[in-house]
Amino acid sequence: MSLPSAYTEAPARRFNVGDRVAVKAANPPGHRRTPHYIRGKRGVIERVCGVFPNPEELAYGFNGEPKRVLYRVRFQQRDLWANYSGSERDAVELEIYEHWLEPA
Amino acid sequence: MNHHHDHSQDRSFDEGPASEYEIMSRAMQELLIERGIITAEEVRRRMEQFDADFPYRGPRVIAHAWGDPAFKARLLADGKRACAEFGIDLEAERLIAVENTPDVHNVIVCTLCSCYPRALLGMPPTWYKSENYRRRVVREPRAVLAEFGTIVPEHVAVRVHDSNADMRYVVVPMRPAGTDGWSEAELARIITRDSLVGVTLPKV
Repeated sequence: MSLPSAYTEAPARRFNVGDRVAVKAANPPGHRRTPHYIRGKRGVIERVCGVFPNPEELAYGFNGEPKRVLYRVRFQQRDLWANYSGSERDAVELEIYEHWLEPA
Repeated sequence: MNHHHDHSQDRSFDEGPASEYEIMSRAMQELLIERGIITAEEVRRRMEQFDADFPYRGPRVIAHAWGDPAFKARLLADGKRACAEFGIDLEAERLIAVENTPDVHNVIVCTLCSCYPRALLGMPPTWYKSENYRRRVVREPRAVLAEFGTIVPEHVAVRVHDSNADMRYVVVPMRPAGTDGWSEAELARIITRDSLVGVTLPKV
Protein backbone atom coordinates (compact mmCIF):
# COMPACT_ATOMS: atom_id res chain seq x y z
CA MET A 1 0.00 0.00 0.00
CA SER A 2 1.47 3.37 -0.95
CA LEU A 3 1.09 6.16 1.54
CA PRO A 4 -0.74 9.43 0.75
CA SER A 5 1.39 12.25 -0.56
CA ALA A 6 1.47 14.14 2.69
CA TYR A 7 2.85 11.18 4.58
CA THR A 8 6.47 10.21 4.95
CA GLU A 9 7.29 6.59 4.17
CA ALA A 10 8.00 4.34 7.15
CA PRO A 11 9.83 1.39 5.62
CA ALA A 12 11.16 0.13 8.95
CA ARG A 13 8.28 -0.28 11.32
CA ARG A 14 7.11 -2.60 14.01
CA PHE A 15 3.37 -2.81 13.31
CA ASN A 16 1.00 -3.13 10.35
CA VAL A 17 -2.67 -2.38 9.75
CA GLY A 18 -4.84 -4.80 11.72
CA ASP A 19 -2.22 -5.61 14.38
CA ARG A 20 -3.48 -5.67 17.95
CA VAL A 21 -1.53 -3.30 20.18
CA ALA A 22 -1.51 -1.98 23.73
CA VAL A 23 -0.55 1.54 24.69
CA LYS A 24 2.11 1.60 27.40
CA ALA A 25 0.76 2.45 30.83
CA ALA A 26 3.76 4.65 31.48
CA ASN A 27 3.58 8.01 33.18
CA PRO A 28 6.78 9.85 32.26
CA PRO A 29 7.08 13.57 33.00
CA GLY A 30 7.31 16.12 30.18
CA HIS A 31 5.50 16.92 26.93
CA ARG A 32 3.67 13.80 25.66
CA ARG A 33 1.18 13.49 22.83
CA THR A 34 -0.33 10.29 24.26
CA PRO A 35 -3.40 11.34 26.26
CA HIS A 36 -3.73 9.82 29.72
CA TYR A 37 -7.13 8.30 29.00
CA ILE A 38 -5.64 5.96 26.40
CA ARG A 39 -2.58 4.75 28.30
CA GLY A 40 -2.76 1.06 29.14
CA LYS A 41 -5.62 0.48 26.64
CA ARG A 42 -5.77 -2.04 23.79
CA GLY A 43 -6.66 -1.30 20.21
CA VAL A 44 -6.00 -2.19 16.56
CA ILE A 45 -3.74 -0.39 14.07
CA GLU A 46 -6.06 1.52 11.70
CA ARG A 47 -3.39 3.03 9.45
CA VAL A 48 0.28 3.89 9.27
CA CYS A 49 0.76 7.66 9.09
CA GLY A 50 4.49 7.59 8.33
CA VAL A 51 7.49 8.92 10.22
CA PHE A 52 7.58 12.27 12.02
CA PRO A 53 10.02 14.19 14.18
CA ASN A 54 9.49 13.09 17.76
CA PRO A 55 7.21 15.73 19.37
CA GLU A 56 8.55 14.81 22.80
CA GLU A 57 11.93 16.17 21.67
CA LEU A 58 10.63 19.06 19.54
CA ALA A 59 8.79 20.42 22.57
CA TYR A 60 12.13 21.12 24.25
CA GLY A 61 13.86 22.72 21.30
CA PHE A 62 15.63 19.59 19.99
CA ASN A 63 15.38 18.58 16.33
CA GLY A 64 13.06 15.60 16.87
CA GLU A 65 15.60 13.04 15.63
CA PRO A 66 15.44 10.13 15.41
CA LYS A 67 12.03 10.37 13.79
CA ARG A 68 9.31 8.04 15.04
CA VAL A 69 6.68 6.00 13.24
CA LEU A 70 3.18 7.34 13.84
CA TYR A 71 0.10 5.08 13.70
CA ARG A 72 -3.62 5.63 13.98
CA VAL A 73 -5.08 3.16 16.45
CA ARG A 74 -8.77 2.30 16.80
CA PHE A 75 -10.09 1.63 20.31
CA GLN A 76 -13.57 0.33 21.08
CA GLN A 77 -15.38 2.67 23.46
CA ARG A 78 -16.43 -0.22 25.71
CA ASP A 79 -12.77 -1.08 26.26
CA LEU A 80 -12.11 2.48 27.46
CA TRP A 81 -14.97 3.33 29.82
CA ALA A 82 -16.57 0.88 32.23
CA ASN A 83 -20.04 2.39 31.96
CA TYR A 84 -20.08 3.33 28.28
CA SER A 85 -23.72 3.47 27.26
CA GLY A 86 -23.59 3.85 23.45
CA SER A 87 -23.38 1.23 20.72
CA GLU A 88 -20.81 -1.55 21.12
CA ARG A 89 -19.47 -0.51 17.69
CA ASP A 90 -18.63 3.03 18.88
CA ALA A 91 -14.92 3.75 18.68
CA VAL A 92 -12.22 6.34 19.33
CA GLU A 93 -9.24 6.72 17.02
CA LEU A 94 -5.98 8.34 18.06
CA GLU A 95 -2.50 8.88 16.71
CA ILE A 96 0.07 6.98 18.75
CA TYR A 97 3.84 6.95 18.27
CA GLU A 98 5.52 3.57 17.96
CA HIS A 99 7.54 3.89 21.14
CA TRP A 100 4.28 4.06 23.09
CA LEU A 101 2.97 0.77 21.61
CA GLU A 102 3.50 -2.88 22.44
CA PRO A 103 2.11 -6.01 20.75
CA ALA A 104 -1.10 -7.25 22.42
CA MET B 1 8.04 21.05 11.06
CA ASN B 2 5.79 23.34 12.96
CA HIS B 3 3.42 22.37 15.70
CA HIS B 4 0.43 24.63 15.94
CA HIS B 5 -0.80 23.51 19.30
CA ASP B 6 -1.57 26.92 20.71
CA HIS B 7 -0.88 25.98 24.28
CA SER B 8 -0.94 29.60 25.35
CA GLN B 9 -4.56 29.97 24.30
CA ASP B 10 -5.88 26.56 25.32
CA ARG B 11 -8.09 27.58 28.15
CA SER B 12 -8.92 31.13 27.26
CA PHE B 13 -12.61 30.39 26.93
CA ASP B 14 -13.02 27.91 29.74
CA GLU B 15 -14.85 28.76 32.89
CA GLY B 16 -12.19 27.39 35.21
CA PRO B 17 -9.23 29.33 36.58
CA ALA B 18 -6.65 30.54 34.04
CA SER B 19 -3.89 28.05 33.30
CA GLU B 20 -0.24 28.78 33.94
CA TYR B 21 0.29 29.26 30.19
CA GLU B 22 -2.63 31.65 29.90
CA ILE B 23 -1.39 33.76 32.81
CA MET B 24 2.11 33.76 31.31
CA SER B 25 0.84 34.75 27.87
CA ARG B 26 -1.32 37.56 29.23
CA ALA B 27 1.49 38.86 31.44
CA MET B 28 3.84 38.82 28.45
CA GLN B 29 1.35 40.73 26.31
CA GLU B 30 0.75 43.31 29.05
CA LEU B 31 4.48 43.82 29.52
CA LEU B 32 5.14 44.20 25.80
CA ILE B 33 2.37 46.77 25.52
CA GLU B 34 3.44 48.59 28.69
CA ARG B 35 7.04 48.88 27.42
CA GLY B 36 5.79 50.19 24.07
CA ILE B 37 7.23 47.25 22.10
CA ILE B 38 3.84 46.31 20.63
CA THR B 39 0.43 47.96 20.76
CA ALA B 40 -2.97 46.47 21.55
CA GLU B 41 -3.99 47.54 18.05
CA GLU B 42 -1.22 45.39 16.54
CA VAL B 43 -2.39 42.38 18.54
CA ARG B 44 -5.95 42.90 17.32
CA ARG B 45 -4.78 43.28 13.70
CA ARG B 46 -2.67 40.12 13.96
CA MET B 47 -5.71 38.15 15.16
CA GLU B 48 -7.68 39.45 12.19
CA GLN B 49 -4.79 38.44 9.97
CA PHE B 50 -5.17 34.84 11.20
CA ASP B 51 -8.64 34.80 9.69
CA ALA B 52 -7.29 36.11 6.40
CA ASP B 53 -4.41 33.62 6.43
CA PHE B 54 -6.69 30.67 7.05
CA PRO B 55 -9.93 31.35 5.18
CA TYR B 56 -12.88 29.03 5.54
CA ARG B 57 -12.76 26.94 2.37
CA GLY B 58 -14.07 23.56 3.49
CA PRO B 59 -17.61 23.75 2.05
CA ARG B 60 -16.35 24.24 -1.52
CA VAL B 61 -14.26 21.09 -1.29
CA ILE B 62 -17.04 19.01 0.25
CA ALA B 63 -19.68 20.29 -2.20
CA HIS B 64 -17.36 19.28 -5.04
CA ALA B 65 -16.88 15.84 -3.47
CA TRP B 66 -20.66 15.38 -3.23
CA GLY B 67 -21.05 15.96 -6.94
CA ASP B 68 -17.97 14.08 -8.11
CA PRO B 69 -17.52 10.54 -6.68
CA ALA B 70 -14.05 10.20 -8.22
CA PHE B 71 -12.92 13.40 -6.46
CA LYS B 72 -14.46 12.17 -3.22
CA ALA B 73 -12.49 8.93 -3.51
CA ARG B 74 -9.29 10.93 -4.02
CA LEU B 75 -10.15 13.18 -1.06
CA LEU B 76 -10.64 10.17 1.21
CA ALA B 77 -7.41 8.57 -0.04
CA ASP B 78 -5.25 11.68 0.26
CA GLY B 79 -6.80 14.83 1.68
CA LYS B 80 -3.85 17.11 1.03
CA ARG B 81 -3.39 16.13 -2.61
CA ALA B 82 -7.14 16.38 -3.33
CA CYS B 83 -7.24 19.90 -1.86
CA ALA B 84 -4.19 20.82 -3.94
CA GLU B 85 -5.88 19.78 -7.17
CA PHE B 86 -8.77 21.98 -6.08
CA GLY B 87 -6.37 24.92 -5.74
CA ILE B 88 -6.09 24.83 -1.95
CA ASP B 89 -2.61 24.55 -0.50
CA LEU B 90 -2.76 23.05 2.98
CA GLU B 91 0.94 23.78 3.48
CA ALA B 92 2.27 21.64 6.32
CA GLU B 93 -1.09 20.15 7.26
CA ARG B 94 -1.73 16.49 6.71
CA LEU B 95 -5.43 16.05 6.21
CA ILE B 96 -7.46 12.91 6.79
CA ALA B 97 -11.03 13.12 5.46
CA VAL B 98 -13.44 10.76 7.23
CA GLU B 99 -16.72 9.92 5.53
CA ASN B 100 -20.09 9.68 7.21
CA THR B 101 -22.10 6.71 5.90
CA PRO B 102 -25.43 5.12 6.82
CA ASP B 103 -23.38 2.98 9.27
CA VAL B 104 -20.81 5.42 10.69
CA HIS B 105 -20.94 8.96 12.09
CA ASN B 106 -17.62 10.75 12.58
CA VAL B 107 -16.76 13.55 14.99
CA ILE B 108 -13.47 15.37 15.57
CA VAL B 109 -11.78 16.64 18.72
CA CYS B 110 -8.34 17.45 20.05
CA THR B 111 -8.34 16.31 23.67
CA LEU B 112 -4.84 17.66 24.36
CA CYS B 113 -5.29 21.22 23.10
CA SER B 114 -7.12 22.62 20.08
CA CYS B 115 -5.60 21.10 16.92
CA TYR B 116 -7.93 21.89 14.05
CA PRO B 117 -7.68 21.85 10.22
CA ARG B 118 -7.08 25.62 10.08
CA ALA B 119 -5.84 25.67 6.50
CA LEU B 120 -9.24 24.34 5.42
CA LEU B 121 -11.71 25.52 8.08
CA GLY B 122 -10.13 28.69 9.46
CA MET B 123 -9.91 29.37 13.18
CA PRO B 124 -11.64 26.87 15.49
CA PRO B 125 -14.90 27.83 17.17
CA THR B 126 -14.86 28.60 20.88
CA TRP B 127 -16.76 25.47 21.89
CA TYR B 128 -14.19 23.29 20.09
CA LYS B 129 -11.49 24.65 22.40
CA SER B 130 -13.57 24.33 25.57
CA GLU B 131 -12.50 21.81 28.15
CA ASN B 132 -16.10 20.65 28.39
CA TYR B 133 -16.20 19.51 24.74
CA ARG B 134 -12.68 18.09 24.73
CA ARG B 135 -13.17 16.04 27.87
CA ARG B 136 -16.68 14.76 27.21
CA VAL B 137 -16.84 13.99 23.50
CA VAL B 138 -14.45 11.03 23.85
CA ARG B 139 -16.38 9.64 26.84
CA GLU B 140 -20.00 10.29 25.97
CA PRO B 141 -20.05 11.34 22.31
CA ARG B 142 -23.74 10.58 21.85
CA ALA B 143 -24.73 12.85 24.74
CA VAL B 144 -22.52 15.67 23.43
CA LEU B 145 -23.89 15.28 19.89
CA ALA B 146 -27.44 15.36 21.28
CA GLU B 147 -26.64 18.72 22.88
CA PHE B 148 -25.83 19.97 19.37
CA GLY B 149 -29.21 18.60 18.26
CA THR B 150 -27.70 15.58 16.54
CA ILE B 151 -29.31 12.30 17.55
CA VAL B 152 -27.31 9.38 16.17
CA PRO B 153 -29.39 6.18 15.94
CA GLU B 154 -28.12 3.16 17.91
CA HIS B 155 -27.41 1.18 14.71
CA VAL B 156 -25.00 3.89 13.51
CA ALA B 157 -21.51 3.61 15.01
CA VAL B 158 -20.04 6.84 16.40
CA ARG B 159 -16.35 7.22 15.63
CA VAL B 160 -14.46 9.95 17.54
CA HIS B 161 -11.18 11.13 16.02
CA ASP B 162 -8.74 12.62 18.52
CA SER B 163 -6.29 14.86 16.59
CA ASN B 164 -3.72 14.37 19.31
CA ALA B 165 -0.56 14.41 17.15
CA ASP B 166 0.35 15.27 13.55
CA MET B 167 -2.82 14.66 11.49
CA ARG B 168 -5.74 17.01 10.96
CA TYR B 169 -9.27 15.85 10.16
CA VAL B 170 -12.36 16.90 8.27
CA VAL B 171 -15.71 15.09 8.17
CA VAL B 172 -17.33 14.42 4.79
CA PRO B 173 -21.04 14.52 5.71
CA MET B 174 -23.65 12.58 3.75
CA ARG B 175 -25.36 14.60 1.05
CA PRO B 176 -28.92 15.21 2.23
CA ALA B 177 -31.90 13.97 0.22
CA GLY B 178 -33.68 16.65 -1.78
CA THR B 179 -30.52 18.25 -3.17
CA ASP B 180 -30.55 16.61 -6.61
CA GLY B 181 -29.59 19.03 -9.31
CA TRP B 182 -28.21 21.64 -6.91
CA SER B 183 -25.14 23.57 -8.00
CA GLU B 184 -21.94 23.34 -5.93
CA ALA B 185 -22.54 26.89 -4.70
CA GLU B 186 -26.02 25.92 -3.49
CA LEU B 187 -24.66 22.79 -1.81
CA ALA B 188 -21.83 24.74 -0.16
CA ARG B 189 -24.41 26.96 1.56
CA ILE B 190 -25.82 24.05 3.59
CA ILE B 191 -22.41 22.66 4.49
CA THR B 192 -21.83 24.33 7.84
CA ARG B 193 -18.56 24.47 9.73
CA ASP B 194 -20.05 22.40 12.55
CA SER B 195 -21.08 19.68 10.09
CA LEU B 196 -17.45 19.42 8.94
CA VAL B 197 -16.36 18.86 12.54
CA GLY B 198 -19.14 16.27 12.84
CA VAL B 199 -21.33 17.75 15.58
CA THR B 200 -24.22 18.56 13.22
CA LEU B 201 -25.61 17.34 9.89
CA PRO B 202 -26.23 19.47 6.79
CA LYS B 203 -29.92 20.27 6.49
CA VAL B 204 -31.98 21.25 3.46
